[in-house]
Amino acid sequence: MSTTTEIDLANPAPAKPAQARPRRGLRGNATLNFWLFTGPFLIGLIVFVFVPMGWSIYLSFFEARFTVSPSSFIGLDNYKAILDNPDFTGSLVTFTVFAAFIVPTTWALSLGLALLVHRIRFMKAFFRSVFFLPTAVSYVAAALVWKMSMFNGVRFGLANTILSWFGVDNVAWLANPDPPWYWLVIVTLRLWLQAGFYMILFLAALQNIPAELYEAASIDGARPGWQTFRYITLPQLRATSTAVILLLLIAAYQAFDEFWNLLGKATWGQPPLVELYKTALGENQDYGQGSAGAVILTLLILIITLFQGKLMGFGRGEESK
Amino acid sequence: MTTTAPDVRKTPAKNAKKKRGGIIGNTGLYLATGVAALLFLIPFYLIVRNALMTDPEITGENWKWFPTDIQWGNITEPFKDETVDFGRALWNSWVVAILHTSGILLICSLAGYGLARIPYKHANKVFYGVLVTLMIPTAVTFVPSFVLVSSLGWVDSYRGLIIPGLFSGFTCFLFRQYFLGFPKELEEAARVDGLSYWGAYWRVVVPNSLNFFAAMATITFISGWNSFLWPLVIGQDPSAWTIQVALSAYMTNQTVNYHLIFMSTAISILPLVLVFLFLQRWLVQGIAQTGIKG
Repeated sequence: MSTTTEIDLANPAPAKPAQARPRRGLRGNATLNFWLFTGPFLIGLIVFVFVPMGWSIYLSFFEARFTVSPSSFIGLDNYKAILDNPDFTGSLVTFTVFAAFIVPTTWALSLGLALLVHRIRFMKAFFRSVFFLPTAVSYVAAALVWKMSMFNGVRFGLANTILSWFGVDNVAWLANPDPPWYWLVIVTLRLWLQAGFYMILFLAALQNIPAELYEAASIDGARPGWQTFRYITLPQLRATSTAVILLLLIAAYQAFDEFWNLLGKATWGQPPLVELYKTALGENQDYGQGSAGAVILTLLILIITLFQGKLMGFGRGEESK
Repeated sequence: MTTTAPDVRKTPAKNAKKKRGGIIGNTGLYLATGVAALLFLIPFYLIVRNALMTDPEITGENWKWFPTDIQWGNITEPFKDETVDFGRALWNSWVVAILHTSGILLICSLAGYGLARIPYKHANKVFYGVLVTLMIPTAVTFVPSFVLVSSLGWVDSYRGLIIPGLFSGFTCFLFRQYFLGFPKELEEAARVDGLSYWGAYWRVVVPNSLNFFAAMATITFISGWNSFLWPLVIGQDPSAWTIQVALSAYMTNQTVNYHLIFMSTAISILPLVLVFLFLQRWLVQGIAQTGIKG
């Protein structure tokens, strides 16, 4: 009996702490739990992101060929060397030309596809899937199709076959920089591969435009079609367009796969990352110069991102309506 | 970095109905869409056509739209090829893509939850540290990453292929944004019932977030399967090649077997087309909800 009363007596006493425990647990363990949850990620982030960056900045001031633990400090020589290298500066020109083609065309095509898919009702899901499907294909596989079948420079490539029906001679699409047909190959490849992805973003944005706006516009006498598009749809898509353009630019800056596979052995059309690869992992294995190049490219992309973000008010939040 | 409003899919019917054109307008609309769709399907058609033809047919004098005899035997040819160990590369790709996806989901979701929901004085400072890494595209830093991985001796290994890619600031950011919007009441109820943060996370938060996890898994799997630059850098030895590196090697081979390399391409994109057909819902949702993939 006495034991039970003891327990009964004891019960109410811990009852209070028991009620408080979740609270104390919340506060008291929070810090520990925070590190438990974020710890693995943060350690990885430090080891595999921050350390390599720091190491790379360090290497960029040293003579480091075939070695990652160099001894001779050479100051800014690596930076000078890589900026004097016409291949490297040329790659920045390549990027500029590439971006000038791919950004507007992808923007226009993905917006156009989104408008089409948005308006049709019959087989809507089917068409959306068709335009979206290429997103699943790798740049390597696409490059293979483009190089080996679609734009094969020989007679049996699809493009040359079609041209031959009109009596046009074979075009060496990739093997000849003059005229620079290789741009057509590269731009169409990326267009095909990424337009569907941005179409999805535009579709989501289109569905967010309130129907009342169109009603109001038609009451005000706006004709459906170009007028409504110009004065309602386009301004309403501004935030999405801004984001899409920024993403396209960053993606173009990082282009590697299709250039490598289409023009790997060529001396023309080499974008920044391909040049970087050749410097750091090519014959010379010059990690010092490669690191300097990586630092320069990182700074450039930071400037582009920040500048464009400022210019277009992107990243300020609250831009989705 | 935008988070588009989640209830995106409520209004389309209304909008679509409004913009009903005349019969001519509609015909033009469907014609344009149909032509665009045909153009978009050409590359897939070419892959299948070339994969199921013989080389003489592919390179023949006249263009043939369809193989005279479908060469089903081509399916096994990539695995018999002696220049590239295709089977090995395919296996590597599966291992890498699966471990890549599960690793990223585990590590980044935990971190995202910690950053979103566990009160800690300096949580914001930690979060800014993560945000900084978002400003720098991962592809640009492959030289420093390679320097690190090679000094760890991880070149030509699964570790080197997988581990450096697991700590994606972007995925962590997306998970944090998602968990910020997760209903607090559910977790609080769980914790009043005596579950720890850990218990509440695994028994309440994760089971109620499977849609989001599926969306992230789909996107991550696709990018893992398709990635090329990093596997190219790490896979110095053919035994560590992924399927993308193998495909790339076919393109620079001395002798070109068209049917073989197109069959390889078909095999390489088949898993993704399947993922795509069956998980498209999550894929679209993931892209539309989170706005943007790396």
